[in-house]
Amino acid sequence: MLEIQNLTVEVSGKRILHNLNLRIGDGEVHVLFGANGSGKTTLFLTILGFPSYDVVEGKIYFKGVDITEMDTAERVKLGMGVSFQHPPEIRGVKLGDLVGRLLERRGEGDAKALAERLKLSEEFLSRDLNLGFSGGEVKRSEILQLLAQNPDFFMFDEPDSGVDVENVELIGKITNEMLERDKRPSERKKSGLIISHIGYILNYIKADRAHVMLGGRIACSGMTEEIYNQILTEGFEGCVARCGGT
Amino acid sequence: MSSEEVKIESYRLEGGEHEEITSLEEISEYEKELLAAGIDPKETDRSGSFLQQDHSVVFAKSLIPGLEIMAIDEALKKYPWLDEYHWNLVSQDMDIYTREVAERPTQGYFLYAKKGAKITLPLQSCLFISKERIRQNVHNIIIAEENSEIHIITGCTVSHRISSALHLGVSEFYVKRGAKITFTMVHNWAGKVEARPRSAARIEDDGVFISNYIMMTPVRSLQMYPTAYCVGENSRATFQSMIYAPKNSKIDVGSRIVFKGKGSRGEIISRAIAADDAQIMARGNLTGEAEEIRGHLECRGLMLSDTSMIESVPELKAQRKNLDLSHEAAVGKIAEEEIRYIMSRGFSEDEAIGMIIRGFLSLDIKGLPEGLARETKKMFDMTLEKVI
Repeated sequence: MLEIQNLTVEVSGKRILHNLNLRIGDGEVHVLFGANGSGKTTLFLTILGFPSYDVVEGKIYFKGVDITEMDTAERVKLGMGVSFQHPPEIRGVKLGDLVGRLLERRGEGDAKALAERLKLSEEFLSRDLNLGFSGGEVKRSEILQLLAQNPDFFMFDEPDSGVDVENVELIGKITNEMLERDKRPSERKKSGLIISHIGYILNYIKADRAHVMLGGRIACSGMTEEIYNQILTEGFEGCVARCGGT
Repeated sequence: MSSEEVKIESYRLEGGEHEEITSLEEISEYEKELLAAGIDPKETDRSGSFLQQDHSVVFAKSLIPGLEIMAIDEALKKYPWLDEYHWNLVSQDMDIYTREVAERPTQGYFLYAKKGAKITLPLQSCLFISKERIRQNVHNIIIAEENSEIHIITGCTVSHRISSALHLGVSEFYVKRGAKITFTMVHNWAGKVEARPRSAARIEDDGVFISNYIMMTPVRSLQMYPTAYCVGENSRATFQSMIYAPKNSKIDVGSRIVFKGKGSRGEIISRAIAADDAQIMARGNLTGEAEEIRGHLECRGLMLSDTSMIESVPELKAQRKNLDLSHEAAVGKIAEEEIRYIMSRGFSEDEAIGMIIRGFLSLDIKGLPEGLARETKKMFDMTLEKVI
């Protein structure tokens, strides 16, 4: 689904990612751990193709297509979807209108019914995008837009930060469904990359593999549970040291 | 920026006469212009219509009892009591434009809702200019008697064949006790048209006056500063304006609410977008002269070019201690982050900018019956679709 080769990225002339490699197969869900400032969000926005993230070396392939130079909208049209940690407030643009346009593009689906799955009211759909949304509402609105898009590959930036238990549980449940985690591994088509600082969401989403980012590199990879437990007991750096990384 | 004075004499007064028509569909050659101003030639779901072409009222008809629609000249003759309302809220000596309208009037409309008449279907009126370089000096009087309700869609529009004209319009609104007037006005001018509307409203106890103003097309110059006088206890006034100014438009628009009645409330909300070389002056004034009044002014501007200008001038004037007046004003550009966010849902950059602009301008138009609100929204979207 996604293959990143030797990716080096600069932001405003400053090198953030160094020769990063990552491969996420069809039907796989990976989780990306790392401390603040380790480069997780840079990787996320580079995959998405935001122009201020300058790829100075390396390639990104999505569904076998080289998307390194492609603009964001084109990548999304290829089947990529994202949930932001801190989406901007956009006055006057109604959540319901945006969801409506996404569904229109797909030619199916009902905004109200999708909102209901996320326990969002019809009234909520008439609100301005992210304006005055609570932490939980921001996440649910992001997931709602993803549901409407129905992409093949999802990226979630910190789905569990600033959200209460009840919301994490709901977000986890819907995300599992979107990622077809209820199906048998061989039947799964959708892939995902979850970026998490605390990993709390993993109580609700089963990820196949985990990676730890440190200093702009993927310093360690392994089975999710193993990595997660190591981080809990020894911290990010301890985990990486045990991995044999640096 | 101060509004330049219009050379009134350079516009002509002769040659603006037209025959009456029996149906709005008769002037099908101008259907597009009428539609752009919110006028439905078929009069579907309308309580009545008024159409003035240049200097002649060519159509005036009410479709329901309790509502009167007629040419102002005819109304002044028919109802001598109307003298009391004529030049009562707007002074003839206010400026050269009001004097021009007083001295050389060329019609206008009289809209009248009888006591207790609740007319939820909108009435449509249109002041249409079809002759090159003509000046239109209209005087309108709108009265909603006690506990009545009327919703007016009005369009000022010009023929696609003309490029320059002058529109002077005096409008006086009287909202009696417990009555309600909503007034949704669309200006659809052309690049060399100048307009100087002069309006005022008087709202009595528990009365409601709501004005929605939409302008999305270029205009050479437009200057107006309508005032609502909330004289009655618990009276309410709302001004909302949505302005998209392209090309060389020079716009100086504001609204004023003077609170004179105890417990009266009001708000002024404006959205202005300056593109190309447009200049916008966005004013607002809330004057509190009574106890327990509450007013809010919100003015947002969006700059789309480096050669345009927006100047926002919000004013609050309080003359009692027990009142509450506030304002917020902001001018900025479209945030890159907002464009990227929408693009990350698979929309192109242009689509994203279009959505943000549309969102910025689209205010929730309050106080309209559901059907009319929907229709206004549709009209608004249509207009916007054309400009963006």
